[in-house]
Amino acid sequence: MVTVPEAETEFVKITGVRNDALAERERRLPPPAEREVVFGVSGLTVRYGDHPALAGVDLDIYKNFVTAFIGPSGCGKSTFIRCFNRMNDLIPSAVVEGSVQYHGEDLYGATVDPVEVRKRIGMVFQKPNPFPKSIYDNVAFGPRVLGMTDSLDERVERALNQAALWDEVSGRLKESALSLSGGQQQRLCIARCLAVEPDVLLMDEPASALDPISTTRIEDLMHELKRDYTIVIVTHNMQQAARVADMTAFFSVKVSEDGRRTGVLVEYDSTPKIFTNPGDKRTEDYVTGRFG
Amino acid sequence: MSAPAVATGLGEGPTRGRWRGHLFRGLLLLSLAVGFITLGTLLVDVVQRGFAYLDGVLLTSPPSSNPEIAGARPAILATIYLGVLLIAFTVPIGVGTAIYLEEYADKTRWYNRALELNIQNLAAVPSIVYGILGLAFLVRGLGLGRVLLAGALILTLLVLPTIIIAAREAIRAVPDSIRQGAYALGATQWQVISRQVLPAAVPGIATGSILSLSRALGETAPLLLIGALQYIAFDPTILGAFTALPVQIFIWTKLPNDEFKTLAAAAIIVLLGILLTLNALAIFLRNRYQKKW
Repeated sequence: MVTVPEAETEFVKITGVRNDALAERERRLPPPAEREVVFGVSGLTVRYGDHPALAGVDLDIYKNFVTAFIGPSGCGKSTFIRCFNRMNDLIPSAVVEGSVQYHGEDLYGATVDPVEVRKRIGMVFQKPNPFPKSIYDNVAFGPRVLGMTDSLDERVERALNQAALWDEVSGRLKESALSLSGGQQQRLCIARCLAVEPDVLLMDEPASALDPISTTRIEDLMHELKRDYTIVIVTHNMQQAARVADMTAFFSVKVSEDGRRTGVLVEYDSTPKIFTNPGDKRTEDYVTGRFG
Repeated sequence: MSAPAVATGLGEGPTRGRWRGHLFRGLLLLSLAVGFITLGTLLVDVVQRGFAYLDGVLLTSPPSSNPEIAGARPAILATIYLGVLLIAFTVPIGVGTAIYLEEYADKTRWYNRALELNIQNLAAVPSIVYGILGLAFLVRGLGLGRVLLAGALILTLLVLPTIIIAAREAIRAVPDSIRQGAYALGATQWQVISRQVLPAAVPGIATGSILSLSRALGETAPLLLIGALQYIAFDPTILGAFTALPVQIFIWTKLPNDEFKTLAAAAIIVLLGILLTLNALAIFLRNRYQKKW
């Protein structure tokens, strides 16, 4: 009988993900040398006005991985994920410093059009935000604005299938998307992203407004989708990160002398490592529930 | 089973707070009654007086010195022309301004804030002042003359601020999550506005525009000032002399003959009919296309 450290047994209790299952998942990940980097982030700082909301972040996001950002409220994880599709550009006071490389190309280069970036890097938001249109028109919106209107019906059906929603809505594509349940609406938003065939799927707390059954469906979906897509997810739910993520980044808040809060990246490693053998005391306190 | 030991006090009748509630409710009903009774009396009075002359002659004949054969056809037509021109002028300009202010303007810039403040203030400027502006600038300055087009342009200036404000409200009511969702799919700013924001704002914009239009069509003062106070016995044209329905009513009420006063009452019924139809259309549009997020 092997004795497991206290932190590990506690983690099993909290997440319901068994340690051997985590270890098995880690064994299946490609070794670091074989991982293809999609995003290379170095020295990233995001300011709103004068105040940095997030400072000095360095990490790599790997192809066909699910990467989770966890941490307490205000740690800048949502700010961070919005750097990958330049959504922060929409906030006039936001300034992004440092570099984000996308397949080796500077995402914030002078000649890069944020609209082109967002075509390749899709995003699902915390609260389901279907357009006040029909189910079909929601999914077809992306292809239409991008001019991908050849065999649109097949494209819509494929996207709804990938988002595991087709069987529930195939008979009522003309009905308003607002008539769907919250969980269905969120899967519709995922289908909407998939319809434009992005490279990366960013998910900002995609299940936080959903019931447990819908949450499970979204998580299962992430396991499916990572075969074709690179997925980055922000979650304040540690169990969720443990269940879905291959790599996990833990962010924390640093409070300066004048009381201002800045998010910092504490630790970034494989999910099993972060949850069972963290290298930083702050990570350990967080994942074992002693903090936050 | 024994009686509960706790005194609940539930059966002790209404408390003092309830009476205050009733009093407040009474006051609210009273303030409703003031407006409702005044309007009701006015309507009943006008219908009683004008009903005798509310006939085909009123709608199809030009004015005349003989009240028996006098009608308001030119004025009714001019009011309809004014309405059509007003919609054509105000909606594109008003919605365009509203889109700029809500979607493009950087609100930290002083000139955008000045613009906003200016529009708010313009909405409160008395209509007679617009009339003076129209007389000085359009009729004389540009040499347009006392024509229907000049009237339409003045009314355009008059209702533009209200339409801008209504359109801005409607655009602002479209949740930001809709814009974000569209941007995240790779839509350009113009695509986001034209395909998501505007369609979602159309009911609000339409309602606001129609209500402003009905206010403008009842407007008399600025039209009087630019000289719509004329005896017009022929159908109006855009670049010709004109008289609008409210002005025609004004003219008739000033005539000494009682029969013309009856005629005025009948014309008021027609004008109210036009305005109530427009308002009903606004309510219909609002209910029909109201968005729920």
